[in-house]
Amino acid sequence: MCLAISALVTELLPDQMARISLDGVVMTVSVALLEEVSPGDYVIIHVGHALSRIDAEEAARTLAMLAEIRALAPVP
Amino acid sequence: MKFVDEYRDGALARGIAAAIAAEVEPDRTYAFMEFCGGHTHAISRYGIEDLLPPSLRLIHGPGCPVCVLPVGRIDDAIRLARLPNVTLCTYADLMRVPASHGGSLLKTKAAGGDVRMIYSPLDAVRIAEAEPDRQVVFLAIGFETTTPPTAIALRLAVSKQLANFTVFCNHVLTPVAMRAILDAAPLPGEQPIAIEGFVGPAHVSTIIGTGPYRIFAETYRKPVVIAGFEPLDVMQAILMLVRQVNEQRAEVENQYIRVVRPPGNVIAQDLCAEYFEVRDSFEWRGLGSLPASALKLRDAYATFDAEQRFDVTTVHADDNPACECGPILRGQKKPADCKLFGTVCTPETPMGACMVSSEGACAAHWTYGRFRDRQPERRRA
Repeated sequence: MCLAISALVTELLPDQMARISLDGVVMTVSVALLEEVSPGDYVIIHVGHALSRIDAEEAARTLAMLAEIRALAPVP
Repeated sequence: MKFVDEYRDGALARGIAAAIAAEVEPDRTYAFMEFCGGHTHAISRYGIEDLLPPSLRLIHGPGCPVCVLPVGRIDDAIRLARLPNVTLCTYADLMRVPASHGGSLLKTKAAGGDVRMIYSPLDAVRIAEAEPDRQVVFLAIGFETTTPPTAIALRLAVSKQLANFTVFCNHVLTPVAMRAILDAAPLPGEQPIAIEGFVGPAHVSTIIGTGPYRIFAETYRKPVVIAGFEPLDVMQAILMLVRQVNEQRAEVENQYIRVVRPPGNVIAQDLCAEYFEVRDSFEWRGLGSLPASALKLRDAYATFDAEQRFDVTTVHADDNPACECGPILRGQKKPADCKLFGTVCTPETPMGACMVSSEGACAAHWTYGRFRDRQPERRRA
């Protein structure tokens, strides 16, 4: 139920709505819960509402941490 | 898909698994509860348990809103849908949940009730606007993740002064349920479950932030690691929990830094506070009545409250007596322990809510996990 998917914001629309693309599938969702959002941002979508913006820097940092864990782990 | 595929990388997963295997201390066991159904689903779907050492056990928690909604509230929804002028709008997840007397919302629709599946609460507002002669009731369920969209729908309905839109509110609160699990005295015949830490909610935390979990670290001395729903997120969170336990730390840590900020979503919190207040008590399937565990509409918005407009008085209804949903939601039993599992109860013909929702422990185990039961060396692992 709390599953939410990442999607690319392609266009801002009136009334705090936005057009988004889910790997090419286009939908219109509410962005009323976001402080700021621009086309090009990735957001988390849940029941037709963007809940949060995905922070690209933190995403890269997580992947770097995962790679480091793997590099330090004994070879499986 | 960007921000998804890279967190499903098999080689990285094996690397993290090797790190977990190397860091678990021999001669002891680990037991962590993943609260969210989303995590339960990911753990089953990606076979994460097969990547973990045998001394590490994951306990599936009750974080599946469809699963914890008691039968009596589904019965209420069915009663509403049968009223002549009512259109009941619901998320698809609830359509097949078994109610009393063999009923369900799907059967109610088949029998002529106006039950409509919607994707967004805003769809329900649109239906109310387009069909002013119908009384449109939105069956709102979900944890903190799903509450703000309901609040936005309410705000829209209030601003449009829609006289034919109401919300049947069943929103519930995550930290209260986590506390209930830790506080629960085992029922006769049950062993206390030794949870040593929580894989914390992903998108609930997007809304409420990290603060509400502090009590578990500080008072209960249980580490909480907020984790995303992709398999590498869950693996990393488990490694972080193992490290906390090994170092005898109990802290709230955030693995899901790309989405969860410590204060949460303040706009959403303010919006929810405007429209909702905490109920005195609410019944949860498996956990019983929990004080201050759910939300209802504030009195100022009573005209938008379906419970007030249609005089809903919930009558407690028992689950199917053979269904083990309750003990499974409390972490006391596993799906395969239920004699209905896989015999009469399958996702096609669910007997209990845990088999209905794809993130219910039983549905996840049926779809992905049951094949592991056939491996004798890991039987019921």
